[in-house]
Amino acid sequence: MSDEQRAAAAGVLGGDEETYRGLLQSIVDVARAIFDAEASSVFLYDEDADELVFEAVSGQGGDTLVGTRFPSSTGIAGFALVTRQPLVVDDLSNDPRFSRDRAASTGYVPNSIVASPLLHDERALGVLSVLDRNAERPFGVAELELLSRFSTQAAIGLDLLLRARRARSALAGEGSAALVARVASLLDQDEGDEGVRLLEALERVLASRRT
Amino acid sequence: MSARPVPAWSLPPGDAPAVEAPGPWRDAVTREWAIGASRGAVDVCIVDSGIESGHPLVGPVASARAVARGEDGSVQIVEDDLGDVVGHGTACAGIVRSLAPDCRLHSVRVLGAGNSGAGDLILAGLRHAIDAGHRVINLSLSTTKRRFAEELHELADDAYFKGTVIVASAHNLPVDSYPWRFSSVISVGSHERPDPLTWYANPDPPVELFAHGVDVEVAWLGGGTLRCTGNSFAAPHVAGISALVLAKHPELTPYQVKTVLRLTATNTEGTP
Repeated sequence: MSDEQRAAAAGVLGGDEETYRGLLQSIVDVARAIFDAEASSVFLYDEDADELVFEAVSGQGGDTLVGTRFPSSTGIAGFALVTRQPLVVDDLSNDPRFSRDRAASTGYVPNSIVASPLLHDERALGVLSVLDRNAERPFGVAELELLSRFSTQAAIGLDLLLRARRARSALAGEGSAALVARVASLLDQDEGDEGVRLLEALERVLASRRT
Repeated sequence: MSARPVPAWSLPPGDAPAVEAPGPWRDAVTREWAIGASRGAVDVCIVDSGIESGHPLVGPVASARAVARGEDGSVQIVEDDLGDVVGHGTACAGIVRSLAPDCRLHSVRVLGAGNSGAGDLILAGLRHAIDAGHRVINLSLSTTKRRFAEELHELADDAYFKGTVIVASAHNLPVDSYPWRFSSVISVGSHERPDPLTWYANPDPPVELFAHGVDVEVAWLGGGTLRCTGNSFAAPHVAGISALVLAKHPELTPYQVKTVLRLTATNTEGTP
């Protein structure tokens, strides 16, 4: 296959999930570095389960939290999601309920959270959070603006990840889309050109029937 | 994502550009004229995550309702005895109370406790608050779902014609969301000055006003306080100030209240 054909097949497949996970990891790593924070996470909103899922974590809990879920309608991250508004909350140690819930779910109790919804088109795909940023540095309008720009990047990353997952699940599904995805996958592994030539012939037959 | 330019959600540090106002209006409509002796308690409704009644910074809550989904999927308004399930609504209520201590606070809970911000629930809560005849509604949330925009627009217009001021936090991100963009509501972003009575008129709408929204000490659950930043906390400042204006001038319509807020803004020529 040519590079172009490989690219087309990869497009049908929705791209490589690992690449997009790497993009999200890079976003949380940079967010954590910029705000000199203890941790940063990207959560995916699982609409069917109405839960937030850790997709990428930098810092505290990075080894164990990915894949962990919690209800979307509680907590600061959840509230950024449902109000569609970035939110900065400090002095969380004053809220014993929050500390207890948080400790139970992640084992780490931050004193401050910055949470920004990940909006793509009209959908809220998840939340970007930054925990325990450097308290010595002010966090004002300019910092929120910066976080918002990161959120836009993270939202695009999450959207790509979701597309990749949908395409992968299509491989195992039924119907014409799944068939096309499976064929594209097989072509991707095909060393010769027979498959491509067969598809070109099929394309000519289908095109002639439409005219 | 919108292709057209979207204004900054907050006011950058530094002074806001001056806003001109016609001389006679400026002379007549001053803060001294706008705010002062109350002619009666104003009803302010917080459509949010509920309110913790009796919080030292909130005081009594005159009524509390929740929007709930019935077993058949229908949306219902029920009595709410949960209070606040997150803290956000209590924070907004405390800000309003700090500015308008004599107002009557009402709560309509549309978020939290399993309510993940579904557009139809927010619409039902807002509709209830408008039908109840509250003079000011604080809405520190928005929806990005376009299918709800038309109905939200109609609701905002209904409120406007019925004399209810809706104060909505502007969106912080370059996306289209509602209802803050509608001209029938008052949209609010944040400025960095630590003063609840500093507000700026924006010469470049759709964000119309900027209020204290950075590092705000707010009421939170369990009678405590937290420090918060976000347009969510700027909007209730304008809701509280609107309640003060309506307490002294109950005859004012929403567009007159908006005009008063613009004429008395910190950056409007002639404001001391």
